[in-house]
Order: sequence, then C-alpha cells, then structure tokens
Amino acid sequence: MANETVIETQEHAHDHSHEVNDKELWGGGVEPFRASYGKLMMWYFLLSDAFTFGGFLIAYGALRFSMNTWPVPDFVFQTAPFGIDHAPLIFVTFMTFVLIVSSVTVLRAVQEGKRENKSGVIRWLIITVFGGAIFLACQAWEWTNLISTEGMTVYTNPFSAHIEKGKYLTFAELEKEANVKGWKKEKIAGHETFYFVDNEGNKYFEKKDHHDQLPKKMEVDLATPYLITFSHHFHDYAPGAYKTESGEVKAEQYGPKSFGTLFFFITGFHGFHVFSGVVFMLIIAIQSWNGTYVARKNGYEMVEKVGLYWHFVDLVWVFVFLAFYLL
Amino acid sequence: MGHHTTVKEDVGIAVKGFIILLIVTFIEVGIALVGNGHIIEGFKLPKLILMVPIMIAFSLYKAYYIVSIFMHLGHETKGMAASIVLPMLLFIWAITAFLWEGKSWNNNQNYVNDKNKEGVKEVKENKTSMIQTKDQMKTVLSFS
Repeated sequence: MANETVIETQEHAHDHSHEVNDKELWGGGVEPFRASYGKLMMWYFLLSDAFTFGGFLIAYGALRFSMNTWPVPDFVFQTAPFGIDHAPLIFVTFMTFVLIVSSVTVLRAVQEGKRENKSGVIRWLIITVFGGAIFLACQAWEWTNLISTEGMTVYTNPFSAHIEKGKYLTFAELEKEANVKGWKKEKIAGHETFYFVDNEGNKYFEKKDHHDQLPKKMEVDLATPYLITFSHHFHDYAPGAYKTESGEVKAEQYGPKSFGTLFFFITGFHGFHVFSGVVFMLIIAIQSWNGTYVARKNGYEMVEKVGLYWHFVDLVWVFVFLAFYLL
Repeated sequence: MGHHTTVKEDVGIAVKGFIILLIVTFIEVGIALVGNGHIIEGFKLPKLILMVPIMIAFSLYKAYYIVSIFMHLGHETKGMAASIVLPMLLFIWAITAFLWEGKSWNNNQNYVNDKNKEGVKEVKENKTSMIQTKDQMKTVLSFS
C-alpha cells in the first residue's frame, strides 16, 4: 500500500494543476469538477431550462403530429418591415444573424474578462446588449404583424393548408351557387362587401389576399397554404369560398388553434429570456465599470456566467428556428 | 486561473465561430427555400427523407458547436461535461414517445371522424337469430 501511494505522488508531482491528492482534497478549498460554485450552478440551471424549453418544443411536436394539416412556415413568415412581402424566411434569417453576432460579441466580453480588461468587457457587453435589443425589436415587429395585420392570436389561427383539391370562386360564381342552394346574401355594415350565409350560419366570402385582390392562382391544390383574411371593415375573418373537385362549395377552415398558442408561447418565452439577458448584461456592465469584479478578485466570473446564459439563449433559438421556421 | 491565449487567438476563435454558425444557418435557409420551390420554379426536394434530416443534423451541429466551443464545455472536466450532457439523453425517449403519441391522437381522431361521417343506421331486428313461432323452427334450425 505504502509503495503504491509513493508511486502515485511521484506521477502527479509533474502535473499538479490536474490531479489533487487525498491530502489536499480533504484539506478543503478544492472545487468539484474544478469549476466554481457559481459557474457549475449556472450550468445546472441551464440544464433545467433546457428541459423546460425541450418540454415546450416536444409539446409542439406532439400537437403538430396530431393534426391533419399545419400552416406552412415559408407562407406564414414571408413578410418583413418596410413593405417587404413574398420574402419567405428572410426576416427571421436576419433575426438569427443578429443573435449569432451577439453570441460572438458576448464571447469576446468573456475573453476580455479572463484577461481582466475592464474597458474591453464593458465595450463588448454593451454591443451585445444592442444585439439583444435589436432581436427583441424584430420580434416585436413580427408579433405585431401577425396579430394586427394577419389576425393570428393565441385563440385563433387563420393560417392553414388545404387538404383537398378545388378552385376558389369569384363573386359571380359564388352568387350563382348560393342562389341554387338558397343561401342568404348579407352585407358588411357601412361597406360595399357582400357575403353569403348558409343554413348552418357559415359565412362564405369571395377569396381576397392581403391587398384585397383575387389570389394569383385560383386553383387549390393539396397542401396549398392559405390565410383567412382578417377584414378590418368587418372586424372579423372573411373565409374564402372554394369548390371542391366533387362539386361541394366550402369555406376555408381555420388552421389548428395550437399553432398560434404554441408560437406566441414559445417565442415569447424565448424572448423573455433574451430580455432577461439584456437586463443582466446591463447590470454586469455597470458592475464591471464600478469595479465590483476587481474587488471580488475572481477574474470577472460574473461575465463568464452571463456569457453562458446568453449562449444558451442562442442555443435555444437554434431549435425554435428549426421547429417553427424550417420544418 | 490564468489565461493561455493571446488577443489575436481570441479574436480568431470568435471570427471562426461566427463564420461557421452563419454559413450553417445560410445553408439551412437555402435548403428550405430551394427545397420548397421558392428559388427555382417547379423544383422541389423530397421533404421527409432529405430536407428534414439535413436540417435536424445541421441544427444539432450548431448546438454542438455553441456548447463545446462558445460555452467552453469541451474544455471542462469530463465528469462535469457528462453530468450535463448525459441527462440530455432523456430527450431521445421524450421525443420518440411524444411524437408517437401525437400520431396516435391523429389516428384516433381520424377514426372517430370517419365513423361520424358514416352516420347511424337503424338497426333492424335480426329475425334469423331468434325463434319466435313454432313454424320458424324449421327454417332457423336447418343444418343443411
């Protein structure tokens, strides 16, 4: 036994920083996993947060698998500020780009923290705060557009995709069909728009797109994405009428309600993380500036911890981006 | 804890990470746009067998890169890395189980919808199974 101990001590004498012998271990002051308490706990918080986000995204997957139809991402996310339209995924790619840049700038802040370079830490943290703020602003625009222009809310989802073939009806065709079936013709109060109501109270409108024009393609195919237009004169949705191949006249069906709920909940929860990160980084920038971390003599460890948190926010976005925008 | 890198090396790590993440993201978006027929008219890629696996693979690569290089987990002790990565294996079960469950809800719902469409038919009394008069005895209990 004694012999073995001697050999071990000799072996590790060369590399003291990597292994700790029993005597030193029981002497105290040795950190498990050679990481500080704060850093380790940040990692375990992030692990638990990963399971929270994972749970939400798995709920998204399960509900999506349980539906016969689902909104098509390149159709839902095709608008951008400054009147840009029909540009699928471009705006969200920009948002992702902003988040990647901010992830890199926070990496620079952590590196400068390890070098105990105060001005470098503050500079890169402030740049990262700007990145986070731009991301949040983009998300605010995206939400506003979805809610107020396109009419998607937590309760209603006007986005969907067709599950049968057919053809949209012009107003004249719709009126002809409605007369045969004996549907009532009604008018939007204070506006020259007519629609038809069948015996069960379903409303049938002439299909119009965002710009109040007939759609470019009147043919309806399997998996053709559509949006039930929200009429601002009418303060309600105006489902377009189409005729199926078997000759039935139908109105567009609302998409799965869970799409809107999950979208706002998950991107909102992520956005809340971004917002918290921005607040933390501002506080840490101020504390770097006033010398708190120099007094603590722990090598700007707080910057390293917020760096971990911010990278995690970027990591979650990788999967939110995958689930909602790419697949 | 001393640092072992120069400013130049640090900037190098940051720039390299930026370029890798950016290129991978552009490839993902490019596959989504080309594959769904937005770039070349009438050209689409098979979604389920090609696009979905590629995009999941690229996303996992991005996740690996962020965790290992940016979050520095690759340079921590093996025990620490394992205590964070191993619990993640639960996701393999969770994703499989809940997507399976979702598909099963879908099947059940469609089954119920189909049955509802059939409507309820009036069930007529099956006279052959019940002997009501003595005369019926011969016809019902024929063993021919």
